[in-house]
Amino acid sequence: MFQTIRTIRLALKSLMLHKLRSGLTMLGIVFGVFSVIAMLAIGEGASAQAQKQVLELGATNIIVTSVKPPQGAKKDDASTRVLSYGLLRSDYDLLTSNIPTITKGIPIREIAQEFRYLDNTIHGRLAGCTTDYLEVNHLEMTRGRFLTESDQKYMMNVAVIASEIAESLFQYNDPVGKSIQFNGDYYKIIGVTRRRTASAAIGGSLSGQDYNKDVYIPLKTFQVRIGDLIFQRQTGSFSAEEVELNQITLQVRNKDDVIPTADVIRETLGQTHGDKQDYAVVVPLELLKQADQLRLIFNVVLGSIAAISLIVGGIGIMNIMLATVTERTREIGIRRALGARQRDIIVQFLIETIVLSGTGGVIGVLMGLMTPYTFIGIKLFVDKFILNKSKGVSEVGRIFTEMEPQVAYWSLPLAFGISVGIGILFGIYPARSAAKMDPIEALRHE
Amino acid sequence: MKLAADLKNIQKHYDLGAVIVKALRGVTVEFPEGDFVAIMGASGSGKSTLLNLLGGLDRPTYGEYILGGHDVSQLTDDELSRIRNQMIGFIFQSYNLIPQYTVIENIEVPLHYRPGYPAISSKDRNRCIDLATKVGLADRLDHRPYQLSGGQQQRVAIARAMVNDPEIILADEPTGNLDSATEEEIMQLLEGLNNEGRTIIMVTHENLVARRTKRQIYMKDGLIAGEGIFPG
Repeated sequence: MFQTIRTIRLALKSLMLHKLRSGLTMLGIVFGVFSVIAMLAIGEGASAQAQKQVLELGATNIIVTSVKPPQGAKKDDASTRVLSYGLLRSDYDLLTSNIPTITKGIPIREIAQEFRYLDNTIHGRLAGCTTDYLEVNHLEMTRGRFLTESDQKYMMNVAVIASEIAESLFQYNDPVGKSIQFNGDYYKIIGVTRRRTASAAIGGSLSGQDYNKDVYIPLKTFQVRIGDLIFQRQTGSFSAEEVELNQITLQVRNKDDVIPTADVIRETLGQTHGDKQDYAVVVPLELLKQADQLRLIFNVVLGSIAAISLIVGGIGIMNIMLATVTERTREIGIRRALGARQRDIIVQFLIETIVLSGTGGVIGVLMGLMTPYTFIGIKLFVDKFILNKSKGVSEVGRIFTEMEPQVAYWSLPLAFGISVGIGILFGIYPARSAAKMDPIEALRHE
Repeated sequence: MKLAADLKNIQKHYDLGAVIVKALRGVTVEFPEGDFVAIMGASGSGKSTLLNLLGGLDRPTYGEYILGGHDVSQLTDDELSRIRNQMIGFIFQSYNLIPQYTVIENIEVPLHYRPGYPAISSKDRNRCIDLATKVGLADRLDHRPYQLSGGQQQRVAIARAMVNDPEIILADEPTGNLDSATEEEIMQLLEGLNNEGRTIIMVTHENLVARRTKRQIYMKDGLIAGEGIFPG
């Protein structure tokens, strides 16, 4: 024990003799450790975001969507010009009334639509839905109110618009109370929703959703005013689609019921739809598990890339230690003559290397802890000096804004441990070559 | 009379591949306790090789070397290290102090490698200070080697050689790099140590230095050519 403390002190003394050299050598390890922690932090941040997105869909939710069947399937059937597919209102009734674990169901019908106010127009999504839509999709109101049961019941011509629709159609005017026109009818605006970050697409099963260009109307109003049949005019031809519901969001009592309920839903719909694959069942809880797996892969890949720089740092240390051993050949000879065993020499140089890499590791860990702040710094720098002349949201700025690194605390001891391990690994050879020297030769060395 | 070191038919061969160099070809010599010997001879005569063997820095190819009652000719590397630490004190021509250490730290170095690695106690520290005082460096304890003159550095080396209370002090041309006034100081120090009963074996090729020892051994071609004052 005393010996170790003594040797560490000795190592510090020798390293302090060449401050610049030791510092530069350490830098290799510092950046290696820092990049391991930073890379893992970026991975952790990305996966946290993915998890947040999945959780926004709701861990107790099951989402059933309509899927347009492949075109080729019905091509020979010339009589049916109207493509009819998707979830039916009867599906909705069947699911919500027959499965006891389902507490809530929100049927949604949506189409792309052009909205008009005076001379202003904008393209967006028109969604027929029910009162619960607000809560389930984590939407908030900035003005007015959302759709109510009575709007639904009396098939009111009312609409709730999203922030971007409000901005582009009404600019600085208060939209509440005014009327928005689409599909030949006027709808009275009763509320505006707050801006919400768009949800990203998850796998191939659920497409991304931009909530800021939406107009919400009562589902019954949708059925009566717009109907199930939608015509699409294209040059030379026209086609029609008949869809009753685009999506049904089902809420389950608790987490444990999600997977079995999803199985029941698949089975139920399998019976009513037969072999028509015109629907999909998306379970956010399953996606959450996939996201966890993805995160693991992500972390391993990023971590190993960063580990390469640690190895480079280790080679730097080995290089310097070899030079040091040559330079101090005479000192080694003196120590051997005065009674140092080979082991003592190995320990001496090994501890010197470990002190070097360990100190580098500590500095690297401290820098790693600063990763989120470093990112804010980069963000500010990019915004201020590189993009100050260009207007609007820059792509680079956006990338940095969306990246939110979170330091994974388990990565700190890991990175530190690796740096010390690298010190041992790359220190062993120089230390052994020092110990193996013939003391007589070493003493004669100039 | 007790022998400090006893060499019987020591041979040392160096295998250089094409040829085998016989540096020592059968040296038999006894060093009684309290002896003060000068080993002399031309370069290449084998005197340095002999000193290295005496100091346990190397093992003889053939022969028997008894040091303080133990046969050290067949010991392992670790055991030789222990012998060097406990029974031998080295003094070199070029002092061989560790440059980053102060005077007191240099004197302490052999203490770091004592068997069992005990911590350096205040008693050890006081012994080092006493030794430094004895060689006249009491006011230089915190100086580093480059701040000292050659004579002062050699005195640090003498204090260092004494710190583990060795059986034998081996000196390899201890005054070779010094002027005659400093040489005189160093020789007085060594004579003082010998008067205390310490065995000193010294390699030199200066007659004036050799004359002050009790006994001279003249070496030639890896053999002992004669004893007594050269030319005698």
